Amino acid sequence: MNTPLTIKETQDGLKSKKFSAVELVDLYLSQIKKYNSEYNIFLTVTEEEAYKKAKDLDNEGIYSNPLSGVVTSYKDIFLTKGIRTTAGSKVLESYIPAYSATSVKRLESAGAISIGKLNCDAWAHGASGENSDFGPTKNPWNKEYVPGGSSSGSAAVLAANMSLVSLGSDTGGSTRQPANFCNLVGLKPTRGAISRYGVIAMSSSIDTVGSFTHSVDDMEIMFDVLRGEDGLDGIAKDFKKREIKSKFRIGIAKEYFTEGLESEVHQMIDDVRKTFEAMDIEVVELSLPHTKYAVPVYYIIQPAEVSSNLGRFDGIRYGNPRDNFGSEAKRRIMLGSYVLSAGYYDAFFDKAQRVRTKLIEDFDNAFEKVDAILSPVSPTPPFKLGKNTSDPLKMYLEDVYTASINLAGIPSLALPSTFSADKLPIGFQLIGPNFSEHNLFELGRRYHQEINYKPSVAF
Amino acid sequence: MAKLTKKEVLHVAELSNLKLTDTEIKKFTPQLDKIIEFVAILSEVDTEGVSATHQTTGLINVLRDDEVKTDEALTPDQALSGTDTYNGYFKVPAILTERSSE
Repeated sequence: MNTPLTIKETQDGLKSKKFSAVELVDLYLSQIKKYNSEYNIFLTVTEEEAYKKAKDLDNEGIYSNPLSGVVTSYKDIFLTKGIRTTAGSKVLESYIPAYSATSVKRLESAGAISIGKLNCDAWAHGASGENSDFGPTKNPWNKEYVPGGSSSGSAAVLAANMSLVSLGSDTGGSTRQPANFCNLVGLKPTRGAISRYGVIAMSSSIDTVGSFTHSVDDMEIMFDVLRGEDGLDGIAKDFKKREIKSKFRIGIAKEYFTEGLESEVHQMIDDVRKTFEAMDIEVVELSLPHTKYAVPVYYIIQPAEVSSNLGRFDGIRYGNPRDNFGSEAKRRIMLGSYVLSAGYYDAFFDKAQRVRTKLIEDFDNAFEKVDAILSPVSPTPPFKLGKNTSDPLKMYLEDVYTASINLAGIPSLALPSTFSADKLPIGFQLIGPNFSEHNLFELGRRYHQEINYKPSVAF
Repeated sequence: MAKLTKKEVLHVAELSNLKLTDTEIKKFTPQLDKIIEFVAILSEVDTEGVSATHQTTGLINVLRDDEVKTDEALTPDQALSGTDTYNGYFKVPAILTERSSE
């Protein structure tokens, strides 16, 4: 039997008794047993719990909830009650949470079967998965390449067909970039659309919960299950699904096409533009003049908030002492302390918050003219393991097309498009105004219909 | 901008409650210096009269009713789980030492 790659296929198969939920779990687990040691995707596999939930679903035999029978897995920064949660760091290598994240609870009460916890850059710091204290995850499409990061395992797990959907986080691109590197749909939602309760905090004014799926339809189902108030995250709020537009206008920012953009990615964006135009969607050029300041702003505000959030890991309340932090966490904590310290606060932290306002104004102006902005996700196709590890600044530049979106709080949908000459996935993102997710889904769905897109896995 | 000195790195490490080895100091000093030089480009942006953005949701003082939710609360054992405890308290390093006999 072939493993289904969409929620609909999964639930049709379950309802028509083509397969049972237990048989689905069998399939994913056999894939995990076969490939996990080679690709280093799961840090913890919850086989027993997965079988228990699958048996319960099969005994009930109804499969009518939005995610009934959907096998899911979580970046290891989502707290899972009674199941080890490490944040990819040796500091928390034996930490067992006393409660679960809202997102985990919502997926499980919608019928999803949790199968385990996924490798990631420690504390979600990174763009390649190589900062994990448990070793790097490899890209299932070619194991000499990175799967992207920091939600490295959350992307690789779908490409390796070890789970149907997964959760990650997106603070500066950590869901969209790995989604692109692994041929997946990835969503960075509007700030406040999905509760962050129970997700280990990195940068509290920017963090969002990210999701990974094989198709836009599945992303919409996930989003509608995850979103809304839970009374536990002060910024999480309910909102009405916006009316879906019939006519769209898309913008392209001239500042996005600079030296660092590799020609294959540039070419793909040109092709996507032509596809949209062929679909009778108007594409206009616009300007986001402060684009080049996004990464500098991000690498002031984010480390500042990291230094504060990681202050609580003192070896008393949680986990091991601070000398267990890896190099990247230490760099970011120190960078954050530096930009917040006396004598530097005004020149760095306060300045960055003011330039952040300018970045937001750029987007506000753009969304007066267009419904969405078409943009690369990463300036390059997936890169080789080890390529950027000796130069942290070079790794930070991976965030050039993603970080400004987080700073502005707006949503962005990463979409798979094609493969590079080296047979590695490349894709793009559609950025929208606050709470416009459903319109981004509509645009993404139409694009995939137009190119006759079919989900695929590496093996 | 002046180069980041070893003294500044040690100061920042102290503020961060991190103890660095000599190898780490050698490795981190040029790396942090390069990053700080890179982000310092913001000084060229005119932000006269621009207010600072602390958050993007526009929500202010989100409060809930002050009531005990027993179904969502952790038990004392749960709240203390995952750490060293003594008689139902967190165990912390001593900050005072016993007065010597002299």
